[in-house]
Amino acid sequence: MAEPKPGARSGVLERLATLPHPIATGAEHPAEVPLAIHDLTVAYHRKPVLWDVDFDAPEGQLIGIIGPNGAGKSTLLKAVLGLIPAASGRVTIYGRPYRQQRHLVAYVPQRESVDWDFPVSALDVVTMGRYGKIGWVRPVTRQHKQAALAALERVGLADLAKRQISQLSGGQQQRVFLARALAQEASLYLMDEPFAAVDAATEATIIELLHELRSGGKTVLVVHHDLQTARDTFDYLLLLNLRVVAHGPTAEVFTPENLRKTYGGRLTLLDEATHALAGRGVREA
Amino acid sequence: MLPTLRRVLAGILLTAALAPAGAAETTDGPSGRMQVVRVLTMRDYNTRVVVVGVSLLGLAAGLIGCFMLLRERALLGDALSHATLPGIALAFILMTALGGSGKSLAGLLIGGTVSGVIGVAAILLVVHLTRIKEDAALGIVLSVFFGLGVVILGVIQSLELGQAAGLKSFIYGKTASMVFSDALTTGVAAGLVILVCLLLYKELTLLCFDPGFAQAQGWPVVLLDVVLMALVVVVTVIGLQAVGLVLMVALLVIPPAAARFWTNHLPTMLLAAAVVGAGSGLVGALLSAVVPRLPAGAVIVVAAGGFFAISLVFGRARGLLHRLRQQRRLARTVAHQHLLRAMYELSEPPTAASAPATSLRFEQLLGQRTWSARQLRRTLRAAVKQGLIATADGDTGYVLTPAGRQAAWRVARNHRLWELYLITHADIAPSHVDRDADEVEHVLDPVLLERLEALLSRQYPDLATPPSPHRLERIAALAGAAGGTGG
Repeated sequence: MAEPKPGARSGVLERLATLPHPIATGAEHPAEVPLAIHDLTVAYHRKPVLWDVDFDAPEGQLIGIIGPNGAGKSTLLKAVLGLIPAASGRVTIYGRPYRQQRHLVAYVPQRESVDWDFPVSALDVVTMGRYGKIGWVRPVTRQHKQAALAALERVGLADLAKRQISQLSGGQQQRVFLARALAQEASLYLMDEPFAAVDAATEATIIELLHELRSGGKTVLVVHHDLQTARDTFDYLLLLNLRVVAHGPTAEVFTPENLRKTYGGRLTLLDEATHALAGRGVREA
Repeated sequence: MLPTLRRVLAGILLTAALAPAGAAETTDGPSGRMQVVRVLTMRDYNTRVVVVGVSLLGLAAGLIGCFMLLRERALLGDALSHATLPGIALAFILMTALGGSGKSLAGLLIGGTVSGVIGVAAILLVVHLTRIKEDAALGIVLSVFFGLGVVILGVIQSLELGQAAGLKSFIYGKTASMVFSDALTTGVAAGLVILVCLLLYKELTLLCFDPGFAQAQGWPVVLLDVVLMALVVVVTVIGLQAVGLVLMVALLVIPPAAARFWTNHLPTMLLAAAVVGAGSGLVGALLSAVVPRLPAGAVIVVAAGGFFAISLVFGRARGLLHRLRQQRRLARTVAHQHLLRAMYELSEPPTAASAPATSLRFEQLLGQRTWSARQLRRTLRAAVKQGLIATADGDTGYVLTPAGRQAAWRVARNHRLWELYLITHADIAPSHVDRDADEVEHVLDPVLLERLEALLSRQYPDLATPPSPHRLERIAALAGAAGGTGG
């Protein structure tokens, strides 16, 4: 593509543009790996919150990221998206740095991360998923509105498109966030606690949606806190507690040994702290 | 909402534009009433300049203030305006030292801009580099910069560096000193603000709603914040002269906050904030022109406060009255549906529409729920007026009309569907579902109802007229009592 002939140019470019994913350059990370994390370390105020994370996400799978509170699950997603600077390490999306691959990635932040009192409608929020495709200054066209509406339809909220977001239930708000990610039309989906505090109907909708995405060949990473449902929902698990405890197909890594390693350290610490407090007579006081 | 706004906006613009330019001076003596009329019709060239200038300032501040409010940085404007003072004072010293009079407005404002920006940068740095939170950082920078400004002003006075008296007017503002070029500058600034808000509407909205998502999508969040902040700087610096640095924040915060009471729609909120801002400027400038020695800046802010109070009470989207009305409407609906369901249950088992309607006495209905006689009487009156209930037995009894039966059937059915759902899907004991269903039945929307039906239709064949899943105990007791005494 370095010096194409003027005549042949448009054809080549067009064909390149229709390729599903840009061709990878590194031999280390083959092109088909949707997300490759290499030696990633993240620190807040000099305290490491993620340590030496190495992880390759297999394509077309539902991947659960599980671990105790404060294990760095959300931090991992944010570091991948460049929202938090990494102290060291490298992240590639389909073989290239994230800044070149933004259009291939959709993000569902935690629901509490925004103010749901904001004066916009459900459709407005979902349309924000299209802003990257629309670009600077240009207004939202009807085509993009349609795409946003279709995304709302997929989460079962088409009827509530015009409703102000504060008038939606928590589960509906979560589904609006999912619809916004759908509107991004990406290949890799990063979801931060989409199941947190949602009603049964929303939970069912989300699981159905995850299956839909998987059968569409998408790769989905979901930060999840509930061990009970994790086993049934995900094909592949990443057990995280500051560092990677284990990762692999759910059937292989969902073992008592691994779970104890992931959650156990923390529990032991808690026990010790309780003992220490009891020893000082704090409990009795 | 929108038509009203448009009318108000048009009114303001028309008043400003159509005020007869240089119209014949009909009054010779400054008699009180003529003076008021002169001001209100804006025959004075000076009044016109001030009113237009201040209204445009209010418009621009209201507009950009919306995004600051939604970005949750409303107070940053306050810190910014206070931080301009040392810059103004230093610029005066510098210009005097260079041999000028030190009174060049542009020079003073440039100085103010520089130190204002330094102030904001100081806040952001403190927040970024330390663990001090934004509110504390704001308090520190705001007061220290203002204090520094006052100190430098004191030094200027003690050094007797020429005519420094005018500098104090930046603190509380001196609206009357506005001249045509000032109004023009304000107009240009307002135009700039409007243009940027139009062009970057989508980007600024995303920035304010979800900066994390914006950044992940590749939008330069820091740059957008800088653009937003730069507009606030422009508006603030221009407003210093008119409103003063102490009160400038009011024009950035109050109009958007007031506008929020009227609408849940961002474009409408922007428009409303612009109107409230311009209106505050208009009212304030006119009032201070009519009443001698009223400081215009303060009057403008008080006028904005008045608009805020009105919006707080009467705002159609989230004002207090609106909320009160909604609560009362819900309470009425709930009482109404409870009455219908009580009558339906008391009239059971004859479910066929053709069966003769049972006449129920007031006492029977009163014992059915914990409602007061007054409340029940009011609810009954409303239902009679709606044609759902008719009086019978010489006004001592009440009976459901055919339309009422239909409505009552629907209410009772909603209640029972929900009860069934709670029993089968939420594992709640049949003896407890009545209370729970009592609250939900009133808010069942058609979509939810449809799903309930789909969910339950497999298990319950008689879903059209489902029987109550639990014993209607109170009813049985009362019906027995009624049967005994009635006869």
